[in-house]
Amino acid sequence: MSPENAASPLQYGRAGSNAGQPLTRRDGLLKVTGRATYAADNHPDGVLYAVAAGASIARGRVTSLDVAAAKAHPGVVEVLTPANRPPLAHDPDEKMPPFGFRVDVLQDDTVRYVNQPIAMVIAETLEAATEGAALLDPHYEVESAAVDLESGERFAPAAVGVGAAARTAHGDVEAGLAEAVRVTEVDYETPPQYHNAMEPHAVVAEWDGDRVTLDMPNQALALSAAAYGAYFGIPAENVLIRSPFLGGGFGSKAILNGPQILTILAARMLGRPVKLALPRKQMFGPVGHRGRTWQKLRIGTDGEGRMTALHHHALAETSTFDDFIEPSANIALPLYAAPAILAEHEGLRLNVGTPGPMRAPGAASGSAALEAAIDEAAEACGMDPLAFRLANYAETEPGTGRPFSSKTLRECYAEGAKRFGWSGRPLEPRRMRDENGFLVGWGMGTAVFHCPHFPAEARATLRADGTALVETAGADMGQGAWTALAQIAAEALGLDPSQVEFHSGLSNLPDGGVAGGSGHTASAGLALHKAGGDAIASLAELATADAASPLFGAGNIGVVAREGRLYRRDDETRSDSYADILKRAGRAQIVGTAKAARDPAVASAYAMFSHGAVFAEVKVDPDLGQVRATRLVGAFAAGRIINPRLVQSQYYGGMIWGVSFALHEEAVTDRRTGRIMNADLAEYHVPVNADVPSVEAILIPEEDAHVNPLGVKGVGEIGITGTVGAVANAVWHATGVRVRRFPVRIEDLVAGRAAG
Amino acid sequence: MNRFDYIQPASVAEAIAAVSEPGSVYLGAGTNLLDLMKIGVSRPQRVVDITRLPGLDRIDWLPDGGVRIGALVRNSDLAYDERFAKTFPVVAEALLSGASAQLRNAATVGGNLMQRTRCAYFQDLGSACNRRVPGSGCDALGGQSRLHAVLGWSEHCIATHPSDFCVPLVALDAMVEVEGPRGTREIALDSLHALPGSTPEQETTLAAGELIVALRLPAEVASFADNARYLKLRERTSYAFAVVSAAAALEMEGDTIRAARIALGGVAAKPWRAREAEASLAGAKPTAEAFAGAAELALAEARPSGANAFKIELARRIVARALNFALAGTPQEMPALPASPFSTNPGAYHVA
Ligand SMILES: Cc1cc2nc3c(=O)[nH]c(=O)nc-3n(C[C@H](O)[C@H](O)[C@H](O)COP(=O)(O)OP(=O)(O)OC[C@H]3O[C@@H](n4cnc5c(N)ncnc54)[C@H](O)[C@@H]3O)c2cc1C
Ligand code: SF4
Repeated sequence: MSPENAASPLQYGRAGSNAGQPLTRRDGLLKVTGRATYAADNHPDGVLYAVAAGASIARGRVTSLDVAAAKAHPGVVEVLTPANRPPLAHDPDEKMPPFGFRVDVLQDDTVRYVNQPIAMVIAETLEAATEGAALLDPHYEVESAAVDLESGERFAPAAVGVGAAARTAHGDVEAGLAEAVRVTEVDYETPPQYHNAMEPHAVVAEWDGDRVTLDMPNQALALSAAAYGAYFGIPAENVLIRSPFLGGGFGSKAILNGPQILTILAARMLGRPVKLALPRKQMFGPVGHRGRTWQKLRIGTDGEGRMTALHHHALAETSTFDDFIEPSANIALPLYAAPAILAEHEGLRLNVGTPGPMRAPGAASGSAALEAAIDEAAEACGMDPLAFRLANYAETEPGTGRPFSSKTLRECYAEGAKRFGWSGRPLEPRRMRDENGFLVGWGMGTAVFHCPHFPAEARATLRADGTALVETAGADMGQGAWTALAQIAAEALGLDPSQVEFHSGLSNLPDGGVAGGSGHTASAGLALHKAGGDAIASLAELATADAASPLFGAGNIGVVAREGRLYRRDDETRSDSYADILKRAGRAQIVGTAKAARDPAVASAYAMFSHGAVFAEVKVDPDLGQVRATRLVGAFAAGRIINPRLVQSQYYGGMIWGVSFALHEEAVTDRRTGRIMNADLAEYHVPVNADVPSVEAILIPEEDAHVNPLGVKGVGEIGITGTVGAVANAVWHATGVRVRRFPVRIEDLVAGRAAG
Repeated sequence: MNRFDYIQPASVAEAIAAVSEPGSVYLGAGTNLLDLMKIGVSRPQRVVDITRLPGLDRIDWLPDGGVRIGALVRNSDLAYDERFAKTFPVVAEALLSGASAQLRNAATVGGNLMQRTRCAYFQDLGSACNRRVPGSGCDALGGQSRLHAVLGWSEHCIATHPSDFCVPLVALDAMVEVEGPRGTREIALDSLHALPGSTPEQETTLAAGELIVALRLPAEVASFADNARYLKLRERTSYAFAVVSAAAALEMEGDTIRAARIALGGVAAKPWRAREAEASLAGAKPTAEAFAGAAELALAEARPSGANAFKIELARRIVARALNFALAGTPQEMPALPASPFSTNPGAYHVA
C-alpha cells in the first residue's frame, strides 16, 4: 500500500464501517458559525465577575493591599484575600492525588512566583472587578528570587513527568564511551514556554446547596470533578463540570489551578454565580508551562557509526514548592539501539509557577536536544543523518529487549525521505542556495511518542427507532475527538455516524478518562467500542431467543451488526432490524456499558510507541539571518487511523508547533525580577501562516495487534517531536552554524556563533 | 477599568477644546491607546474620540503633485490607494509590513505616527520607566534590551519608536499638519519624535492639545518611485515589530545616483534619517562598495544599549540590502510578503 493513498477512506474501512473515513468535525458548523458555547459564553442570571490580582514579584511577602479602595469602587462586591478567604477541605499545600499540583489559593501572604494570585476581586461587572484589582496597590517585602541556573537550587527528583523514572540505566555508559571511536558531547538549552491556548482558562461557577455546576474547559472531567469535590468537601458526584468545547488545552486544562478554585470558592461565599476568564498575562504563571531545560548529551560511536553509548542528562526547572520535571532525557530510551543508555534528570528550583505537562511533555524538549545531537554525531561520523539513524535502528526496545507492539519507523523514514527528496542532500553544510541566493538547508529528526492508556467507561443505548445514544465524559479540545469517538461507537454498533447521538463533555457521564498523553481516542474509544459490543450482544440475545425473528436460534452461530440490522453470520439473507427486535421485545431501549483498561500483562510484554520521521527545509538570508521553514514533510505510523482528516490535522498542528519551538517560542524573563517581559501574544511569538508555507503529513499504514483491541495509537503530540530537531538541523545545514539554544534567533546566525 | 469621560466632538475646534482639560487624550482607532489603558499604562480622565471628525479621512492630491493625507485615513486604505501606492510605493510597502490586516484596517495615520514605544518595561507597571513616570529610572537598562535602541539613546531611555510607516515617511520629507489651541502649524516628521535626552517623557514635539490633522508628502519625492524599497527584519515572517528596518530610495540618472534617501527603523526613539549616508551616494555609482560605505556612515554613531550590538551590524547590512533592492527597481506589484527579505524580487539579490 502506498502512503499516497493511505489517507483515502477505503484503506482502513472495515466492511460496513465508517471508521477510517475522513469525516469532518461533527461540531465544525457550530464552531465556524459562532454557535459553539465556550465556558465564558455562559451568563447565568445574577452572575458576578472575578478578576485575580497577580503578584508582580517572584519571591517575598505581600505586606499590604488596599482592600478598602477596591471595595469602595462602585460595583465591587467582595475582595478575597488571605484574611477572609473561606476554608477549603483539602490543604492546597498538599498535592491532590493522582497528579494534581499544589495550588496558590490565598493560603497566606507569601509570594513564590510572578502572577501568583494575591487577591481576587468580585464585582457586578468585569470592568469594576478589573479596576478593583488595579486599586489594590499591593506592597511587598521583596526577597531575592531564584530565576536562573546561577540562583536556583539543584536537586535529585524522585520522579519526572507524571510518575516516570528519573534515572534509567541500561548497560555501562562510561565503558561504552571509553570504547567509542568518537564521542559527540553537546549541550542544548530549551526555553520556558507557555501553553497559550486561544481560549484562556475560564470558569462559570454556580452553587445550589452543596452541589456546584462548573462551566469550564476541561481535559480530565472525572478526575477534576473528584478533585473539586475534595477541595470543597462535597462528594465528586455533586460536582457537575460542563465542558462541551475547549479552545485548546495542550495539557494545561487537565490540571486544577488557583484562580479557578478561588472563583468557585467566591461563588459559594457570595451565593451567586461567578465567572472568571484569565487575562492572557495571567496565563503566564499559575496555570502551568513547559519548564526550561539544560540538556547534555554524550554519544559514543564506533568506526561504522554505530552507537556504543548514549547518555542524556536533563536539568529542568520546577517551582520552589512543587515538582514537575520535564522528562526530557527519557526520549533517549526508546529510539536508538545503543548497547548502553543512561537517561537521567536533575531538578532546578526557581521562583516560577509550577511547570506541567505541555503538549508532548519532555518528549518535545528532549527530542529537540536529542535529534540535534544525533545530527551532530552523524556529522562527526561523516554520515548522512538518515543513514546514521538507520545504522542505529532499534529492532527491539533498547535496553529491555522487549518487542515493539508495532514499529513501522523504517517505512516512515523511507516514504518521508522519498517525498521530501532527501537523497539529493549534500553532506556538507552551506552547499545549497535557491535562485534568489538564500541559503537552503535540509534537516531531519525522528519522531516518537509513547502510547499510554487510561481506564475509561462508556455507555451505549440502542433506541426503539434503531438509532443510538452513546455517552462518555471525554474532551474535545479541537482535535476532533467527538467525531473520531462517534465513528468508533458507530462502528461498534453497526450504525452510520449520523444515527449515533454522541454525548460527551459532561462529568456526570461515564468516565471517559483524560484527554492527554495522546491516549484519548484509544482509551475512550475502547470503552465505546466495548459498550457498543455489549449493547449489540444484548440485542442479539433478544433476537436469537425470539421465535418471530429470522435470527431465531442463531445464538451459537452468531450475528453480525451492520447498517442497523443483525445478520446471521452464516446466512446473510436472514437478518432483523434493531427497531424490529426492540419492538417485538417491547423494549424502549437496550443499554450496553463497558469499562476498559489496558491489560497489564500486555503492557509489560510490549514497548508501545507511535513513530515518525520529519524532514524540514529552511531558507536563511545569508546576511540578515532571518530564517523561514519553507517545507516540512512528516511521515508517521500510529496504528489504525480512525479518521485520516483529523489525524493529518493533528500532525500538521504538531509539526507547526515544532517550528514554533525551533524558531519562535520563548518566554523572556527579566533576571532581576523574575517577571516575564513578553506575556502577551504580540511578543510571545508563535508562527503565523507565512511562517509555514508548506506542510505535508503522510500516514504510513500500520497494524498493531497488541496496543489495544482497536489497534489505535496516539497522534496528538508526536508531530512536535522530530520536527524541532529537523528544523534546527536544517538551519545548521543551511548555515554551518550550530545553534544550541532554542529558539534559534537572528543574532545567533548573524554573529555566526560557531560550533563549539 | 477606571472611569473616564468619553467625548465625541463634532469639529476639530471642539476636539481641541475638549482635550484642553488636563488628563485628556485623543482617541484614534485605539489599537494602541486602548491596549495601554487596559494594562494601566495610560489612565486618561477624558478620551476625545476623533474618529468621527469630518473631512480628516481623505487623501487629496495637491495641484503640484504632492499628497495630503487626512489623519483619520486608515492604514490599509492608504496602502491600497492606487495612485498613492504608485507614487510613494515605499510608504505603501512599509504600511503593509506593519501589524496585521485587522489592525491595519482600523489604525489611523495619526495614531500610527503617535503610537508609543513597545518597550516591555514601559508596559510593565512594576518596572521603573522614565518615559512613563519621569525620574523613576529605566529598568530596560541592564534588562531584556536586545531589541532596544542603538542610536540616539541616553542613559535615561533606550526605547525605540516602533512605527514602520514613519521610516519611509521621514526619508521622503513628510510634513505633519497640526492644529492646536494656538492655531495651526507644520512640523517636519523628522522633528515630530524626540530623542530621549534627559526628558524621555517628552516623546514628541507636539504641544499640549495639538492634534495631527494631516500628513503631506511633497511632489518632488515622487521622483524616487521607480527605485524605492522598505525592508524589515522580523522574528517571524509576518505580524511582528521590526528588529531593524530600512527604507531606501534612489533617484537614478543612467548608472549614476542623482539622489538617495535612507532611513532606519527599530534603532532609535524616532525614525532615523541617515543624511550623511544619503549624501555619500549623491553622484556616486551604485556599487557594493558605495552601498557598504553608506551603511557604515548610517551607523557611524551607533553604540549598543545592552545585549544588542548585533543590531548595529544587522542595521548596516539591511541598509546595504535595501539599497540593493532599491537599485533593482520597485516591484511592479506589491510583494506577497511586503518588506520581507523573503519577498524576493528576482535579480535584486546578488549572491553573497
Ligand atoms: C499586536 C500589534 C502589532 C503591531 N505591529 C506593528 C508593526 O509591525 N508595525 C507598526 O508600525 N505598527 C504596529 N502596531 C502598531 C499600530 O500600527 C498602531 O497601534 C496603530 O497605528 C495606532 O493607530 P490608532 O489609530 O489605533 O491609534 P490610537 O491607539 O487611537 O492612538 C495612538 C496614540 O496616538 C494618539 N493620537 C491618535 N491620533 C492622533 C492625532 N490625530 N493627533 C495626535 N495624537 C493622536 C493617541 O492619543 C494615542 O496616544 C501593532 C499594534 C499591535 C496591537
Ligand atoms: S527604555 Fe525608555 S521606555 Fe523603556 S523602560 Fe527605559 S525609560 Fe522606559
